[in-house]
Amino acid sequence: MVGMAAPQVAPVETPGTDEVPVADRAWVTIVWDDPVNLMSYVTWVFQKLFGYSRDKAEKLMLDVHHKGKAVVSSGARERMEHDASQLHAYGLWATVDKA
Amino acid sequence: MFRRHGTHCVATFAADEVRVLRKVASEVVGLLSEGFDHEDPVVERLFPDIYPEDPHNSAEFRRYTEGDLKTSKIDQAGAILAVLPGDGGGEVRLDGEEAEAWLRALNDARLAMGVRLEIKADTDLGEELDDAVLRDPTSSRVFQLSVYAYLGYLQESLLNALVEAR
Repeated sequence: MVGMAAPQVAPVETPGTDEVPVADRAWVTIVWDDPVNLMSYVTWVFQKLFGYSRDKAEKLMLDVHHKGKAVVSSGARERMEHDASQLHAYGLWATVDKA
Repeated sequence: MFRRHGTHCVATFAADEVRVLRKVASEVVGLLSEGFDHEDPVVERLFPDIYPEDPHNSAEFRRYTEGDLKTSKIDQAGAILAVLPGDGGGEVRLDGEEAEAWLRALNDARLAMGVRLEIKADTDLGEELDDAVLRDPTSSRVFQLSVYAYLGYLQESLLNALVEAR
């Protein structure tokens, strides 16, 4: 991937992070740019999986293409894991992160 | 290439196209069954870590979801194999559901080939192919690159045919 390397900032280990309830925190699904997927296909997948309008799906696809990644959905962690998993079934490169 | 015909997406494949499609779909099935190897960069691309900076939770998630994902990818490659005409070539007619399975399967095949061919964001496929032909027109890289390009056109034509009537 060209021009999309994330800055190398090491996450600081905070003791007790695991005890913070995470269920109600907002999480996001991120789609990353890759050199193979067709732009038209990625747009179609966003429409298909998330019910987004063609305009919104296309804008997200262009964000992925130009910025290297884009947040495509947000909400509860389990929901985001489901979304990422669906995106993997369509061959998109998706990850989950805290919002 | 596919075109819309009523409710279906239709394409006529020549003998060599049928052979190529059977080969790439079978290779995807092989890669996901007996040849499955987490160290393989193609497998890494088809089954990305969901938490890139959290190997523990990525592995945990993988434990619960990988089987289903693998099965659906094998099934979609199987959707290509199921309806391909015989070796002499012929017509393929896909309903909406079959067309979507084909789209995902063609995409998996292209992702696998893209990793093997080291396709990058700035790769110019035409230039890459010209270079490979100049070096050795009979090389496997020439064949692989032309198949990769062909699958891209085929996928795009199927997508266009599928969304046309919406």
